[in-house]
Amino acid sequence: MQRNKFILGGLLILAAVVYLIVSSTQASAEYFMTVDEIKAEGSSAVGKSLRLSGAVMGDTIQYDAQTLTLQFDVAHVSGDNDEIEAQGGLAEVLFQAVNDPSRQRITVVYNGPKPDLLRGEAQAIMTGHIGDDGIFYAEELLLKCPTRYEEAVPEQSASNN
Amino acid sequence: MIAEFGYGIALVSFLVAVYSIFAAVYGATKKSASMVESARRAMLLTFPLISLAAGALIYLLVTNQFNVAFVYEVTSRSMPTYLKVTAWWGGQAGSLLFWSWLLAAFTSAVTLRKWDRDIEFLPWVIVVCSVTLVFFLGMVIFYENPFTRFWLVNGSVEPHMFAPLNATIFTPDDGNGLNPLLRHPGMVIHPPMLYLGFVSYVIPYAFAMAALITGRTDDRWIRLTRRWSLWAWLFLSFGLVLGGRWAYDVLGWGGYWGWDPVEIAAFMPWLTGTAFLHSVMIQEKRGMLKHWNMILVILTYALVIFGTFLTRSGVLSSVHAFANSPIGPLFMGFVSTTLVASIALVIYRWPTLRSETEMKSMLSREALFLLNNLLFMSILVVCFWGVIFPLISELFTGQKVTVGPPFYERATAPLFSALLFLSAVAPLSAWGHSTIQTLGRAIWKSAAAAAVVTITLFFTYTNKIGALIGFFLIALILFVTFQEFWRGTRARQQAQGENFLTALSRLMGRNRRRYGGYIIHISMALMAIGILGIELFQTSTQGALAKDETLTISGYTLQYKELASWEDRGEGVNYTRAVVDIFKDGEYIGELNPRIDYYFDSQQNMTIPGNRSTLKDDLYVLLVDWQPVSAVGATFKVYVNPLVNWLWIGSLVFLVGIVFAAWPDRDPAEEPARRSVTQRANQTSAADD
Repeated sequence: MQRNKFILGGLLILAAVVYLIVSSTQASAEYFMTVDEIKAEGSSAVGKSLRLSGAVMGDTIQYDAQTLTLQFDVAHVSGDNDEIEAQGGLAEVLFQAVNDPSRQRITVVYNGPKPDLLRGEAQAIMTGHIGDDGIFYAEELLLKCPTRYEEAVPEQSASNN
Repeated sequence: MIAEFGYGIALVSFLVAVYSIFAAVYGATKKSASMVESARRAMLLTFPLISLAAGALIYLLVTNQFNVAFVYEVTSRSMPTYLKVTAWWGGQAGSLLFWSWLLAAFTSAVTLRKWDRDIEFLPWVIVVCSVTLVFFLGMVIFYENPFTRFWLVNGSVEPHMFAPLNATIFTPDDGNGLNPLLRHPGMVIHPPMLYLGFVSYVIPYAFAMAALITGRTDDRWIRLTRRWSLWAWLFLSFGLVLGGRWAYDVLGWGGYWGWDPVEIAAFMPWLTGTAFLHSVMIQEKRGMLKHWNMILVILTYALVIFGTFLTRSGVLSSVHAFANSPIGPLFMGFVSTTLVASIALVIYRWPTLRSETEMKSMLSREALFLLNNLLFMSILVVCFWGVIFPLISELFTGQKVTVGPPFYERATAPLFSALLFLSAVAPLSAWGHSTIQTLGRAIWKSAAAAAVVTITLFFTYTNKIGALIGFFLIALILFVTFQEFWRGTRARQQAQGENFLTALSRLMGRNRRRYGGYIIHISMALMAIGILGIELFQTSTQGALAKDETLTISGYTLQYKELASWEDRGEGVNYTRAVVDIFKDGEYIGELNPRIDYYFDSQQNMTIPGNRSTLKDDLYVLLVDWQPVSAVGATFKVYVNPLVNWLWIGSLVFLVGIVFAAWPDRDPAEEPARRSVTQRANQTSAADD
């Protein structure tokens, strides 16, 4: 009798936690997509909650300090880690993405302070959605500059003694 | 030369640690006390050895030996010496050595204690600690060697430990330098705090394994490691808070916690550690939940190793990236091997870990503690799900789907609220048996007072239902806890004829863990005030201002006065600093100086907010941009973060509480002699800790 009460209580908690997890997952799931995938999906991607990763094109960065509107293009990079590794690591992949004119690109608009790490060849990871105009409106913007961490071998231009 | 020396010493300490494993196992199985002693001495030797290796690394860092790859990665000429020293844990290779050093220090401390009747644990504690140490030193020696140098081989630069054929050493002019974001006092002590917490948890785990192996599965291992778990919890909690404070001061987004996978990795062992802290009390008092405590300490250990790996692998935004590092699979292999071995031991000893009493009442103290544990585990499950969800969804649907902060906030908010409610109720329930009536009688006054507070807040502050529920729970905890202090003190005053302060201090001194725990509950309530404030009431605005123009937000008016920009070549930084006058309700109350620091070596900006902090709210001003030529215009982003100061105040109270609880006093074994006095003082309080 006592035992049953405890088991029932445990099951209730379990059910509550499962409900919390499932409903919260549904409410806040973001779909990881690459630039190519978004372009391929076209209008059906409009309005979905997305997480997009791309290589920042340095010369497209524009910032309007009056309205805090930041705009830049990102070039397609693979979303698959093994693929990135096979192509020589993130830094190399970003470098190639930025310098390859045939890559698909997408324009990103973000409203807010300009992040300190934003620059060419950085990896931008953004959450937001695609508008009817094909522009990616980012609500959150994360940046990774892999060069500093992973390029362990310095340029040879330094003196050698 | 120094690099070879450091590497050689690291290698020797690795071998010594390997020896101590075999000697300890041999000594324990063959019942050879001299072999166990030999293992213990070997273990003790690792600490000075690793200290020497660490000393070599610090020497290289401080003297700008940029031919060492690690030094090149994490330091630069312009960094001050103290930052060069702390760069030791600023990169992965160094931080693994740092971890090993801490572990050697802690294990030495624990093997130096008087073992007396616990001597049978000793060899197995050494084995567990040494296995962990060997793993970390192995990483340092074979995979993430901080002593690797650059060599010029046939015209190209390659990192190697020892000179390849026909190679000359290559020394770059200057290093990359530590990421400016990490050059902050908070960042200097935040990682070591987390690491201290992480490493301390190895000790309770080692004793738990020793108890399982020797079959001495009573609560002796818990009593022996009680202080270790408390200190571990202290460091881990403090490390998490410092991380939050750092984010608030440096990251410039007006927040303190972003549910980043790296943060979650440090948070998960805290969750199991906190559950463990509570549930060991049930085992001590009632002889229950023995299996559960074993599982909690094993999980904590596994999460600590996992967290060490995640927090320092340079992975900053995606869990996917952890396959990047060559040490990833090794870490996962180590974590799963120790996990499987430990669980196997628990299953092997399952029958001896049975509860001595049965849980009877749903409202008894032990049942509420169990519920507390379930809630902590639920939060852990939510966090774990959030971290691995992208992997799962990709596996089953082929599409990567991730969850962000809204997921964690939504899913954990009810669980945290339930925990707050429990910390108000549980101290009032009795071990063994409680009913709605007894609990109701104990709580109704506090509940009524909390309701009055909530109604007052409804009319004066907010009508948000979530906030009101939160404030009610916070007020309830505060009232209940103060009432407990009051009641215990009054009872002691009557029984002993002491004055109020003497009674209070003696009451607390005789029940350190209990009253330390209450102080911690108060601190949690205070921190919750801050979290509610910033999460539910944060407001922000932004604007580009010309000189003397103003911006208004929540009763504050900001007036842009001037801006100066100057270069400090010595420090390698260009500073841009704005002067903003602040008015509240028309009255001048001071100026703020938001800054942007530009670091030449890493070509990176760092945005330092100007922050005016009061108990009511924080005015948090960021300089976003400025017009360099005319110097007349600047753009600001302004946040008002209500009540957030209570988060930091709560953290300090928390420190007080846990230091109070963990402070060494008489050996608990001597305590029964004092029992009668303490018990009398506690008669009227609902339970005896």
